[in-house]
Amino acid sequence: MTNNELLDALHEHLGTKLIVSEVLFDTLVIEVAAADAFGVIELVKNDSTLSFNFLTLIGAVHYPEEKGRELCVVYHMHSWKNAIRLRVKSYIPQENPSIKSLTPLFDGANWQERETFDFFGIQFEGHPNLTRILNMDEMDYHPMLKQYHLEDETREDKDDRFFGR
Amino acid sequence: MEQTDNLIKLSNGQVLSKETIDGDIATINFGPTHPATHGIFQNILTVDGEKILTSVQTVGYIHRAFEKLAERRPYNQITPITDRLNYCSSPINNLGWHMTVEKLLHVEVPKRVQYMRVIIMELARIADHLICDSIIGVDTGALTSFFYPFSEREKIYELYEEMCGARLTTNIGRIGGFDKDFTPVFHQKLKEFLKTFPKAFEEWNGMLERNRIFMDRTRGAGPISAERALAYGFTGPNLRAAGVDYDVRVMHPYSSYEDFDFTIPVGVNGDTYDRFMVRQEEIRQSLRIINQAYNNLPEGTFHADIPEFFLPEKADVYNNMEALIYHFKIVMGESEVPVGEVYHSVEGGNGELGYYLISDGGRAPYRLQFRRPCFIYYQAYPEMISGANISDAVITLSSINVIAGELDA
Repeated sequence: MTNNELLDALHEHLGTKLIVSEVLFDTLVIEVAAADAFGVIELVKNDSTLSFNFLTLIGAVHYPEEKGRELCVVYHMHSWKNAIRLRVKSYIPQENPSIKSLTPLFDGANWQERETFDFFGIQFEGHPNLTRILNMDEMDYHPMLKQYHLEDETREDKDDRFFGR
Repeated sequence: MEQTDNLIKLSNGQVLSKETIDGDIATINFGPTHPATHGIFQNILTVDGEKILTSVQTVGYIHRAFEKLAERRPYNQITPITDRLNYCSSPINNLGWHMTVEKLLHVEVPKRVQYMRVIIMELARIADHLICDSIIGVDTGALTSFFYPFSEREKIYELYEEMCGARLTTNIGRIGGFDKDFTPVFHQKLKEFLKTFPKAFEEWNGMLERNRIFMDRTRGAGPISAERALAYGFTGPNLRAAGVDYDVRVMHPYSSYEDFDFTIPVGVNGDTYDRFMVRQEEIRQSLRIINQAYNNLPEGTFHADIPEFFLPEKADVYNNMEALIYHFKIVMGESEVPVGEVYHSVEGGNGELGYYLISDGGRAPYRLQFRRPCFIYYQAYPEMISGANISDAVITLSSINVIAGELDA
């Protein structure tokens, strides 16, 4: 199955739910609304021809500049039958970072969603145990958000222009 | 744990009737620094006598914020971070990262580099599997099985050392290839290794493979079905032991893996013995791949022609203006990287090791996420050991090859 065939099949199944689609480095990337994400992944998983049986990765990206859609939840799906990958993205606002949990579909989503919650503060609705996983429980912020800088901002001995970012 | 007259409520919400309990219920700490955990893992076990009822895992003891660190580092300085994921096979992590960046830069590396990478990566896979399988031997009570392959692993570390100067956290290769070609010493040591290793390996394998005690201890310990393994996102030897032949090297070949003839071993029951056997056979297959790659090593250069990322010769830096500029830009992390978003994965020592990289054109990645295979499959551990004895939990933990560095990132 090629990306074009996959895209045609997705257009047919999803209709207007598919907001944006593009091919980035051989991988089809689609954007769906946060409310649709669970349904779309359930559909591509259970459809016998698409058969995206494997959840490769769940992650998030923070875009503080984009108001109303600051957090992007990224699902990497993999169809072993067709040897093709699909990336599903959903943007959610930082004030109410909530999306439905994938744990009813994949047991492996459990820790990946806990990790995403831990680092980005995304609330996965319906998750059985949404607690911090790698950081300590007492931590009161989500460290991968862009407003938390890696180094102490009061340092004057290091000029960022010369060292990476 | 709450108790009423005849009911006991466990920490995971499960309620048991006291009549089903044989002995006394106790809660014990297995880890975080227990000699049998081979790393810093904590499991709070609720046991009925020797039988495990539930297990609550704590991870994150050695979390080092790799993904956050990567957002401030130039691309070539991220390679040492990847060393510290699965440190039993760091060259695979390093080379996987280089391939990810090359994909983003649209760089095609010479065929010779691809074959050199295959040789290094398969050596790393052998070292990784040697450690894991010999530790299963230790946990079943045979210390010899750990010490015997130690000298063979040492030879692989000497090969790394010859190529990059380091043994464990290798930082091997560069974006675009290697810093140098295989040296004469490397050729000599690799030939020696290919000649002597198969015999030593089979001798060691003979110590465990059909050993009655070893088989009795490992067969049926910590089993997982193919269906459950898939639901939990298993990859690598642990998934193949359950009978699913998924291998990134075959499904999405990278670095010329399609040129080589090898088979994917699969198990049946997904228990500790099957995992051991799958790894042993993968060592043999890795040797086959190394032999094919080494005997057909193409002529050519050891790096791609990308002066913005590949350090120039030191002599040129002193005598050539352009080389000096590039040297300075690379060392200071000022090379231009295109905007893009790429996912690349390689078959790591314990599963699909993925790199999800988003570049906004800056000097450091905008976001880098590692798909760490053992973080994803370690969550199945309580299910695998439920109802087993504590001693079975120990060998199950060592046989799923959970590496603390990769687990905690």
